[in-house]
This record gives sequence, structure tokens and C-alpha cells, in this order.
Amino acid sequence: MWKYEKKLQYPINIKNVNPKYAQIIISQYGGPDGELGASMRYLTQRYSQPFDEVKGILTDIGTEELAHLEMICAMVHQLTRNLTEEEIKASGFDKYFVDHTNAVYPIAASSLPWRAEYIQAKGDILADLHEDLAAEQKARVTYDNLLRLIDDPDILEPLKFLRQREIVHYQRFGEAMRLTTDKLNEKNFYAFNPGFDTKVCKKK
Amino acid sequence: MNKREMKKRIYEIDFAIYELVLFLDTHPTNRKAMELLCEYRNKRTETIAAYEAQYGDYISTIKDVPATECWKWLKGPWPWENNFMEG
Repeated sequence: MWKYEKKLQYPINIKNVNPKYAQIIISQYGGPDGELGASMRYLTQRYSQPFDEVKGILTDIGTEELAHLEMICAMVHQLTRNLTEEEIKASGFDKYFVDHTNAVYPIAASSLPWRAEYIQAKGDILADLHEDLAAEQKARVTYDNLLRLIDDPDILEPLKFLRQREIVHYQRFGEAMRLTTDKLNEKNFYAFNPGFDTKVCKKK
Repeated sequence: MNKREMKKRIYEIDFAIYELVLFLDTHPTNRKAMELLCEYRNKRTETIAAYEAQYGDYISTIKDVPATECWKWLKGPWPWENNFMEG
């Protein structure tokens, strides 16, 4: 279960509305490498993990990602408040507005709604951890791209914070990978160990 | 410290706690990290108690909100709204 803390992980107070920025930032909520997918990926992968360290890191990073999607939603919300009809039309925000008004709905910048296909839970610790390491790098690149396209310090500071978190998570998943490979049979250290299978599913 | 500074202090303490939690997940026998975690958790308890005594609104988990007079949990601004740090 989870308990709510009535705060963001990093404060967000955007003074100037900007629906154009909102339309690209929203990708880190519902896009292919966004925070919603990150959270669902890690929290979903937990159940089939053989090691306590990996169950722990997936639970704790998956929980932090929930706080990150709340930050992204706060940014989108603040960037699209009190818009005039002219601002909605001129910024191209009208295509989003017609379906969601000023609600925050999980879509990619390209307008595709969030899909479970963005994530995988393979039931294999090495496959899952490789996906997680790649996911952190892809999210980091998305933040790099946003930092290139935006020039409002009220938005840049929280985006830089979130970019840094991707790097820390990558480091922690790297350590989880090392802990895992340390436990593998030395004869097949590189990513294949049929020993995992026997515990999961017994053949008749 | 004013309200904003005090809230910022709580954010900083929470950040340190979360970093230590993730670090301990992959370094579960690191004594220095465990000592630091205890230290920051104590700081958090003290700072939040001082904040709530002074300002009377609640930013810790819902379980800490007392059920007296009125249900203060509902008092805005909520975290995603503008000027939450000052509010």
C-alpha cells in the first residue's frame, strides 16, 4: 500500500502560462519514456524477482516515479491554467483542449495516449534489469531534449532535478545488475542461468 | 525561518532520506548510510513538528493529521497548485 505526502518531491511554481511547452512536457507523463510508464514498469516487475535487493530497489524507485509523474502533471497544470480562447487556438492546444479541456491526461507529445506496450515485465531478472537501465537512459535523453526546447527558469529547474534522478536511478539499477550477476553461476556469468527457471515453474 | 524556508528545509531533508533509502537498497550493510538515515529521520520529525506547531497545516502523511475541530487535511493550496510553498 501507499501513503500520500501532501508535497511534491521538488517545488514547482511556474509564473507564466505556456500551452506550447505543456504539449511537449506532457510526454514525460504519458509518453513512451515518461514517468507513468517508469512507475508501472518497476512496480509491475517486482513480483517475479528472485532477490530482496532487486525487490527493494524496484519498489523504492517505482514509488519515486509516482512522485515524478505528479511533478510533470503539476507543470502541465500550471502551464495551461487560465488560458484565453486566443491562446488556446494560437498555440495548437485546441486539439488537446477539445478532448480534455484543461485536465491532465496521459499522452505523448505526439498525442498518442499512454499504452502498456511501453513497458515489459519479462519474468527474467536480467531481461528486466536491462530494460530498466535502458529506460532510465531514454528518459534522461527526453529531459535533455526538453531542456534544449525550453527557456523558462521556472520550468528548467525542476526538469534538471528530474534529469538528475534518471542518472541516480541508472546507477542504482547498475548496482542491482552487479549484485545479480555476482549471484549467478560463474560459468555463465553473462546473462544466462537456467537455474532461475527451475524454481519458477516445475516441469512434470 | 519563514514558512517557505521551513518547507524548503523539509524538502531537503526528504531528498536526503530518499537518496539514502535507494543507496541502502543496493548497499544494505553500509553502516555510515544507516547512521545518516537515522540522523535525517530525526531531523525530519523535529522539523515537521516545529512547522506544524507554527503554521498549523499538515504536509506529512495523512495519518499524522489530528481529527480535531475540522479536517485540516483539506486545507489548500494542494502541492500541484501555484504558490504551494508560500501557502
